[in-house]
Amino acid sequence: MKDLDLRAKPSWRSTKSALMSGLMLLAVLVVAIPLVAVLWSVIDRGAGVAMKDFPAFFTNEIPLVSRRAGPGMGPAILGTLLVTGGATLLAVPLGILGAVYLHEYGGTGAFAKAVRFMATVMTGVPSIVMGLFVYIMWTMRFGYSAFGGSLALACLMLPVVIGSTEQMLRLVPNHLREASYALGATKSRTIVTIVLPAALPGIVSGCLLAIARAAGETAPLLFAVGAATAFNPSLFDEANTALSVQIFGNATSSFVAAQDRAWGAAFTLVTLTFLVTLTARVITARFALKR
Amino acid sequence: MLTAAQARSFQTNNRIAVERRSSPAVADTPVVFGLENVEVFYGAFRAVRGVSMQIHDKQITAFIGPSGCGKTTLLRTLNRMHDVIPGARVTGKLQYHGVDLYAHDVSATEVRRRIGMVFQKPNPFPKSIYDNIAFGPRVNGVKSKADLDAIVEKSLRAAALWDEVKDRLKASALGMSGGQQQRLCIARTIAVEPDVVLMDEPCSALDPIATARIEELMRELKSRYTIVIVTHNMQQAARVSDRTAFFTAELDSKTDQRTGILVEYDTTAKIFSNPADERTENYITGRFG
Repeated sequence: MKDLDLRAKPSWRSTKSALMSGLMLLAVLVVAIPLVAVLWSVIDRGAGVAMKDFPAFFTNEIPLVSRRAGPGMGPAILGTLLVTGGATLLAVPLGILGAVYLHEYGGTGAFAKAVRFMATVMTGVPSIVMGLFVYIMWTMRFGYSAFGGSLALACLMLPVVIGSTEQMLRLVPNHLREASYALGATKSRTIVTIVLPAALPGIVSGCLLAIARAAGETAPLLFAVGAATAFNPSLFDEANTALSVQIFGNATSSFVAAQDRAWGAAFTLVTLTFLVTLTARVITARFALKR
Repeated sequence: MLTAAQARSFQTNNRIAVERRSSPAVADTPVVFGLENVEVFYGAFRAVRGVSMQIHDKQITAFIGPSGCGKTTLLRTLNRMHDVIPGARVTGKLQYHGVDLYAHDVSATEVRRRIGMVFQKPNPFPKSIYDNIAFGPRVNGVKSKADLDAIVEKSLRAAALWDEVKDRLKASALGMSGGQQQRLCIARTIAVEPDVVLMDEPCSALDPIATARIEELMRELKSRYTIVIVTHNMQQAARVSDRTAFFTAELDSKTDQRTGILVEYDTTAKIFSNPADERTENYITGRFG
């Protein structure tokens, strides 16, 4: 008689498996706690402030006297958009062109290797060091401006943009390049009409993630942008402000009204970042379908 | 399952091959490629050694031989696609209509415009069917929409694909079947009106029915283009080609590296019925390879 009892038998192996699965689940929960807690406290304490008398919080100027209660983060939202927008205009074209050079032309050459190494090192430079760098190179000569902040954020974004773009270019199969060459296309033509379009969705989502990260940077902006309370639509003139700077300033204030505004600003910033990331995810998903 | 028409087509193909064997005369058309002692290198590694042969106009020349014997490598030197690989190098004399292909002032893009290539794996661009065909003409400066439309239709007709795709020219080429994709790649190649079409195992990723279609297409295209095809399939070489070159790999005992050599080059009928070299005979009869 053959043993046809195919049911699992209790053993140390199955106990170990269950134990390990439980531990992994626990680890996931532990990791999720701070994420959820941060999100929850920002929404709990910020949403009310930001949404009160909508859209006053988003359009009013920041109260000059910080102990006074009332809405107003408009200049900081404009400032964040200006600073991040400027940084994007600087970092994205440069980063993409750099990545095209590294992957399509530089290859494994010594120069390309050196640049790639430096870009990797740059990824690890603390943002406050970038702020200091920009403070010395730009702000000490030209004064506070949104553009100083753009410069600092661009320095932070550049290695991320280069890295993600090069990764995407690597994903473009070589046989597409060969097909283009075989039709008599030059290398530059191949890159512009075949390689970049094929990699575009991935490049876009990589850039959006870099932008979302840069939008929340505080330290470099403290040095370079200043902390204005009135609207300043100029990229180059006079001190400006940004959400992250306002969060820092208001949260360290001793007045409850200011602290409330910090929570509102935090909520606004998280929402902005979330929207950018969501866009990135949607584009990435589309990209995945096409492949 | 084969349909009756396809079965007939297979029978016809086989009969052609047989007829050719009984009448081995192949026309002496002008020489397109003249190779003299051609050697191909990847860095220090010599992949192909001492190839001398002549490839003739408006004929199908097949390169056969075991894996790693340098067939594809040699094919890629014919339109300078070999250049794309870093460290790749060619020595010896390789002439195209009497012009040295590897002279310093010869541009690889000009060469490839005249000598097209179809690859082993169908490799349509991730664009529409229309844009795939129009890519080459656009690269070569055709701008008018009417001209492009005409070229797209003509090329798709020549590749026997027009009737299947004429209603979805704007659809992605990636949605086509493998056989259709390969015919699209052939259409894309002939859209730039080349002089020569190089085919690197164009049917190895296709089923027998799609293969039969491509072979039929090759026979049609032969009247207008010189075709060089690399194939692992000896029956295919026997069915479609006028001349066949048999390559094999030689093991260098000192460096322990394999180098491809040309063993025998003759009319297909001669190679498959009465080869001069024992190695050729062993290969085509299946005793080696």
